[in-house]
Amino acid sequence: MCLGIPGQITELMDEHEHLARVDVSGVGRVVNIGLLEDERLQPGDWVLIHVGFAMSKIDEEEAQLALASLQMMGAAYTDEVQALLSSGSAFDARPGRSA
Amino acid sequence: MKFVDEYRDPAAARALVAHIDHLAGDDHFKFMEVCGGHTHTIYRHGIEHVLPSTVELVHGPGCPVCVIPMGRVDDAIALAETPGVIFTSFGDMMRVPGSNGTLLGAKARGADVRFVYSPLDALRIASENPDREVIFFAVGFETTAPSTAVTLLRARALGVRNFRVFCNHVTIVPPIKAILDSPDLRLDGFLGPGHVSTVVGNRPYRFVPAQYGKPLVTAGFEPLDILQAIAMLLTQIREGRCEVENQYTRVVRDEGNPRALAVLAEVFELRPHFEWRGLGFISQSALKLRPEFAELDAELHYAVPGVRVADPKACQCGEVLKGVIKPWECKVFGTACTPETPIGTCMVSSEGACAAYYNFGRLHREAAVTLGRTR
Repeated sequence: MCLGIPGQITELMDEHEHLARVDVSGVGRVVNIGLLEDERLQPGDWVLIHVGFAMSKIDEEEAQLALASLQMMGAAYTDEVQALLSSGSAFDARPGRSA
Repeated sequence: MKFVDEYRDPAAARALVAHIDHLAGDDHFKFMEVCGGHTHTIYRHGIEHVLPSTVELVHGPGCPVCVIPMGRVDDAIALAETPGVIFTSFGDMMRVPGSNGTLLGAKARGADVRFVYSPLDALRIASENPDREVIFFAVGFETTAPSTAVTLLRARALGVRNFRVFCNHVTIVPPIKAILDSPDLRLDGFLGPGHVSTVVGNRPYRFVPAQYGKPLVTAGFEPLDILQAIAMLLTQIREGRCEVENQYTRVVRDEGNPRALAVLAEVFELRPHFEWRGLGFISQSALKLRPEFAELDAELHYAVPGVRVADPKACQCGEVLKGVIKPWECKVFGTACTPETPIGTCMVSSEGACAAYYNFGRLHREAAVTLGRTR
């Protein structure tokens, strides 16, 4: 849970809810970017994601490094990526809405 | 993969190792890497065996799953077995043994225990199951605590009344201080944690050089990051400096993430004391919900046993977490205690020193023994 998963922002979705769509290894997922509000994130920016939240803005170089580390680290970390990718509509908690 | 190659370039690594060897000279240095992610990199890439014998790395307490004491796991299981409750947890915590089994065991006995990736997943489960009570098992350092804080703010804003948090968040500075105060271990400096520092920044570590006279260098997770941070520590020592430096400037800023810190301060306050596996009770080392969030606090809402449970006698996770022994020096390592059937927490989490060593490090060490290069 401490190793961040790198993702590239593809779409800012809901400004009020701080949601953005990110691309993680070619799969699109929604994450919360509220903790990086001061960074004024834009599509194309890279972020490190921890438990569904973008926690730091990074550059492409760091994103590649983090991704390569994840790929090397075996099942525990591929599980983490898989968990992010499969958590689906997790990032909007209101009933009846899926993000 | 241009960038990756740069950070794993064998020639650059050899040059750094030669530089480290030169800086260390004939003296012996012992540095602690605080963060479990660093431990993983060190074992994964066999860094211990490329370093000169004058530089020793010891593993620290920065594995959030590893430091949760057995009593808190028992509390979690008791909460999970409360009728009507859906208990949600990160996957890592599901296999951590309490005194009477694991959360997975409770699930097998019929408790509704669900794996979640994010606290927001738990909140969604609460929204979708208004007739059930949902508890989130919150663990982790400042890397994950802001996510729990945001989730709690959101639960309050949405008026979700069947969601509560069993809070076990811990903070990074007090265990570093506890280790510095411990007579068991003489250290010459620290590799500071990478991702925790993206939240807290580098300033909280200033007491390490100021009060204890030890340098600290916040480090990244690539093999060359670790080697470079070691060289920076030795350079400080050789130049007579002692300060907090940042090797991981690609990600970590001195001021951390101010918004995450603000959310933490809004939702959490420090507990007077909290038990850490192996380190015992450390004052002001963990977070609990502020009184304004009492309605969302599982510990206040349910009868939590709260019984302190001693670690199993055979398990030496405590000594491993304090850096007093190496994983392979534990009596049950690799025999009774393996990643498949862990006795202690350090064998459960992929960030735990024992699991990292079991999965990767021992191969390097066995190779080194074969080549006559062990220590």
